[in-house]
Amino acid sequence: MNVLVCVKRVPATAGQITLTPDAQEIDTRYLGFTISPHEECAVEEAVRMIEAHGGSSTVLTLGPEAAVDQLRDAMALGIERAILLETDGREWDPVATAAAIVEAIEAERAAGRSYDLVMFGNESADSAGYQVGVRVADALDLPCVTGIKALKISDGRVTVRRQTESGWETAEALLPAVLTVKEGLNLPRYPSLPGRLKAKKKEIERIAPQWQDGGLEKIRLKLPVQAEHTVEILGKNGDAGAQLVAVFQRLRLL
Amino acid sequence: MVLAFIEHVDGAPTMLSLEVLTMAGRLARDLGVPLDAVAIGPKGAAASGILTSYQVATLHLADDLRLAEYAPAAWAHTIAELADRVNPKVVIGTASDRGGEVMAHVAARMTLPLAANCTQIAAGDPFIVTRQRWGGSLLEEAHLRGAVKLLTVAPHALTAEASPNRTEVATHSLAPALEDKDFRVRLVPQAGADSGKISLAQARVVIGGGRGVGSAEGFATLEELADLLGGAVGCSRVVTSLGWRPHSDQVGQTGTRIAPDLYIACGISGAIQHMVGCRAAKHILAINTDPNAPIVAQADYAVIGDVQKVLSAVNAEIRRAKSGHERMVTEAPTA
Ligand SMILES: Cc1cc2nc3c(=O)[nH]c(=O)nc-3n(C[C@H](O)[C@H](O)[C@H](O)COP(=O)(O)OP(=O)(O)OC[C@H]3O[C@@H](n4cnc5c(N)ncnc54)[C@H](O)[C@@H]3O)c2cc1C
Repeated sequence: MNVLVCVKRVPATAGQITLTPDAQEIDTRYLGFTISPHEECAVEEAVRMIEAHGGSSTVLTLGPEAAVDQLRDAMALGIERAILLETDGREWDPVATAAAIVEAIEAERAAGRSYDLVMFGNESADSAGYQVGVRVADALDLPCVTGIKALKISDGRVTVRRQTESGWETAEALLPAVLTVKEGLNLPRYPSLPGRLKAKKKEIERIAPQWQDGGLEKIRLKLPVQAEHTVEILGKNGDAGAQLVAVFQRLRLL
Repeated sequence: MVLAFIEHVDGAPTMLSLEVLTMAGRLARDLGVPLDAVAIGPKGAAASGILTSYQVATLHLADDLRLAEYAPAAWAHTIAELADRVNPKVVIGTASDRGGEVMAHVAARMTLPLAANCTQIAAGDPFIVTRQRWGGSLLEEAHLRGAVKLLTVAPHALTAEASPNRTEVATHSLAPALEDKDFRVRLVPQAGADSGKISLAQARVVIGGGRGVGSAEGFATLEELADLLGGAVGCSRVVTSLGWRPHSDQVGQTGTRIAPDLYIACGISGAIQHMVGCRAAKHILAINTDPNAPIVAQADYAVIGDVQKVLSAVNAEIRRAKSGHERMVTEAPTA
């Protein structure tokens, strides 16, 4: 099994987001960087797959030089190889991102390395375009399943579960395939100290993709307007019981 | 023409699809073009009844038996083939899991950019969209290019509005030239029946628990309230990470988006990534020990106090009200 996991470097914003004065970026002066929760699960799943089935795992990102941190984080968890598609820091839109990833995968294939699985997070935490995985699958002529919350590999096929409005659905596809996964797939492990030290020494392979215009161009970022409203305090601790029941009745829930 | 891809259950368009039709109708008016819709799967024709209130000129129906089951690439093939023929200015769908997936395939096939999760569209030249990032805690204004504009509409970005003026909807059958490879991803029949529980996404009332619930066992009081109100239990990401509840219960950016009549947030701080999952709730009730917790400022109702004490009291009160016994008259608490 050869698995490729694609991740994206994003600001680690746990709280309120503030913007730079030109409204082009999130103000990251006081923030760290990470990959999104969905991608953490993709990395974890790749590590488990190689533990279970043997083979090799590779992590790839398109981003600035600083994104080597995220590649090393993934290697600290057990991913063996890393590829950086190095950009000048500008954000690439989904069309351009997918095209660069496809080119890298084709170059790998030409060098004799092909992947049984290419994994993505369902959407990146920041730009959330919901399409890079699908575009890569389409260009490589591979089946693609998105929104995966459970998966099993056997006999050259992948069986997955996805959550729907009313429950769960199961889908399957033959390998090779492209999968986009969601948080909940697994509980990602923490990196070990030896893992970190080993990852630090590993080489990172680099490719310099050509900047492309994908057709979706950011003009500016804005914070959503918070609607003004008042909160009615119904009481404290146990003495709010009757008021709560009154609210439930007013909303016709009782 | 503006072409709206609508999702339906046995011919009843989903709520999100009615929102899309509302957005698409405004767009068509701005552009001075007709609005068409496309429905895939059996019984799609039944949708035309509702579509008369949404100014749809033609409903394109793809009820090929092979499309009866959801197959994203085949559904996308159908829409892309239709678009090639009717040459719409815009193709617009929902940003539901299915809608988003199908539209991504459509975009890939048509080699066009796609703007996902739009909340506003200014259909001039340039064509400007406002779209959600970070699950909706941040917005982006973007210039969308492409000969055909492809976009998905964020759930609950607007309210579905049926028009009192009904129009006649023509129907038109599609016979897409599907290929075997469009069916490479197959849905397999479900093993194991539904749990019989009300799902988070559909519940009228959701009781969400956060770190303040204290433990996995602490959720028993939330379960009891859910039973009493006929609702579902949800949770924050911290609770999922601690292993107190399964991820399928998580509400938020990386969990489920809910739209109940009432969301009761128990011991939840109200972090922005959680709020984007419950923002569509009609009412929010916060139970929190900290009167300054962000959730309190964003709620319609709040009780300041310990989750377990508050829920024990309210559960007892509901049982009393339900059992029809003489209600104990408690004195209104002083604020
Ligand atoms: C990319 C990304 C995606 C994310 N996605 C999600 C998501 O989908 N869903 C989500 O929920 N979070 C998400 N988060 C995490 C989010 O930022 C918060 O960390 C999380 O929501 C906090 O959970 P909490 O409110 O339960 O815990 P805390 O922030 O620890 O808050 C606990 C609250 O409980 C109150 N409390 C404590 N004890 C009691 C008591 N006895 N009685 C009553 N109240 C009490 C406290 O006053 C406090 O307000 C995401 C974060 C990132 C970076």
